[in-house]
Amino acid sequence: MSAKPNTETPEEHDVAASLREYAKKGINEGIDNKTRLDYYREMVRIRRFEERSLRAYQQGNIGGFLHLYIGQEAVAVGCVSVMKEDDHIITAYRDHGHGLAVGMSMNECMAELYGKHTGCSKGKGGSMHYFAPDKNYWGGHGIVGGQTPLGAGIAFALKYKKLKGACLCFMGDGATNQGPWYESLNLASLWDLPVVFIIENNGYSMGTALGRHSIGTPLARRAEGYDIDWSTCYGHDVYEVRHNVGAALERAHESSRPTVLEIMTYRYRGHSVADADDTYRTKQDIQDYKNTKDPINLFHDHLIEEGIADADTLKQINAEAKEEAEQSAKFAEQSPFPPESDIQADVYWETDNPDERTSEGTLFFN
Amino acid sequence: MALITYRDAVNQALAEELARDPNVFVMGEEVGQYKGAYKVTRGLLEKFGPDRVIDAPISEAGFCGLGVGASMLGLRPVVEFMFWSFCYVAFDQVINNAANIRYMSGGLINIPIVFRGPANGGTNVGATHSHTPENFVANTPGLKVVCPATPHDAKGLMKAAIRDNDPVFVMENTLLYGNEGEVPEDDYVIPLGKAEVKREGTDISLIAHGRCAILCLEAAEALASEHGINAEVVDLRSIRPLDEEAILESVKKTNRAVLVEENKPFCGVAAQICSIIQEKAFDYLDAPIKRVSSIDAPQIYSMPLEKLQIPSVERITEAVLEIA
Repeated sequence: MSAKPNTETPEEHDVAASLREYAKKGINEGIDNKTRLDYYREMVRIRRFEERSLRAYQQGNIGGFLHLYIGQEAVAVGCVSVMKEDDHIITAYRDHGHGLAVGMSMNECMAELYGKHTGCSKGKGGSMHYFAPDKNYWGGHGIVGGQTPLGAGIAFALKYKKLKGACLCFMGDGATNQGPWYESLNLASLWDLPVVFIIENNGYSMGTALGRHSIGTPLARRAEGYDIDWSTCYGHDVYEVRHNVGAALERAHESSRPTVLEIMTYRYRGHSVADADDTYRTKQDIQDYKNTKDPINLFHDHLIEEGIADADTLKQINAEAKEEAEQSAKFAEQSPFPPESDIQADVYWETDNPDERTSEGTLFFN
Repeated sequence: MALITYRDAVNQALAEELARDPNVFVMGEEVGQYKGAYKVTRGLLEKFGPDRVIDAPISEAGFCGLGVGASMLGLRPVVEFMFWSFCYVAFDQVINNAANIRYMSGGLINIPIVFRGPANGGTNVGATHSHTPENFVANTPGLKVVCPATPHDAKGLMKAAIRDNDPVFVMENTLLYGNEGEVPEDDYVIPLGKAEVKREGTDISLIAHGRCAILCLEAAEALASEHGINAEVVDLRSIRPLDEEAILESVKKTNRAVLVEENKPFCGVAAQICSIIQEKAFDYLDAPIKRVSSIDAPQIYSMPLEKLQIPSVERITEAVLEIA
């Protein structure tokens, strides 16, 4: 067990010093400067994308739910940066950050939010249901905790195929009280599945604070009942995230054992942007986190301090990301909606491949 | 052709597909060491080993979802429900995930999974263990569902289901497991969505699926010998896809229809078939369509009353006599 009590207050935790320490530790040792800069770029791209999508939502171009990842960027970027060829990833509905981190384009992601035919799911999935199986990204799932057995299943398939890969299965702190996760923990440990359950603990299960929705912290400690190794770490530091995910992935690769990793993070926006954000926390709470632990600002200052980049370079990266996000909104606006005939496409493999159909009879009833 | 039981026919289908395709594996409660709660999977563990015949804990949401996840990566899980009644604790996995992932990914991901097990009442086990959810499943685009009535159909449909690239739900029946029937010894599949006229007739169409098709055959014999009525029995075999053509062809020939199913009547499978017949063969009908379903209440425990609640040869005969 490598549990680290997360009882420090922001004041006690010297975030800048910790970042400097993790920058040179283990998996982060010897990374070239270009790669370090790429982490910054990826985090910034996610934030600018999310900000632009929020504007599109406020302008009425996006409907439904929009669960923004702003504040949590270092988690997705850090985790994905450690993945190897046969590693896979699945998450819940706050899925834009993971999508961009695995290499989905802003265009396909933004167009999906607009419900356009050029979206990653042709406008059929929406914000909560991004998929990119060619990048080992298996969604994007809308029901809290519903993706956790799927994550165990991906790990099962990798082991069945004798591949040296693992599944990073993301979930929120709210999902830790859903039954299917416990069933998944039992199966994962019983059957030695190479899965890492990553709890992105942003402190709130929708609008209910951690202390009001869960007893017994850290949440990852619940893994002990299943003989699963667990740890906790901060999620504002991309290096610290990499360090901890790297250890979990190594365990999965080398001994085909699961891990529960709880990453302490924070979201700046409501559960979904349509939700009231003033019933369970104050603006000051959000500002306090931003002031002390914003993952992008911290990394920005660190890169400059370490002489990895100058302020102008980082400013340029920001400008490029902003422009890329702006262009993706234009792309989405100009893209066509799916044709009406598309409503019944992609339902069955067979109806999409009529020449290879083996069944007979009626599949659709109109 | 060999005379074998429905149970053994399913067993053969599983064994043959396990042997044919290394991506096929069988998973469920008691399927391995215990040889299956109804002995459908006996011998498979010995033949194919614990990596492919997998005993799962009582965690339907967990292992059903695990199966869906594994199928996304190209495996072909055959997941057993000890009873289909237990699917409700895994509903999110089978209805939200198995049915919707292909659609929500814009067709990028396939879910070639089979969920199978018995779905029937009539066994004196009360309301929680007597569900027939084929109507729920058929109401879910993205899913396919079949209800074989004979050993021959059980084997052929099971093999087709395992080879299918979409999620297929196979609903068997504990009261049929011991029934014997002729089953070809060679490799064969029965296409999903193809009904079978199990008895040709001229006076009325009895349209049914699962064990009710067997009851209809018995009723047809009684109607012929006691009332001189020559009933045709159409066994749907598959609910979705549905052989509309076979239904309409039979009704156009006999001009009368009784729809028989173990579903409760409201939004049962027969409600959909009724709608299809009135829309597409209205002018051929000489009498209103009659339905025989389970009596509309949770399944009663008391044995003699449960026999009254589910369709019977007597109730089918009575319904026929009202319109023929």
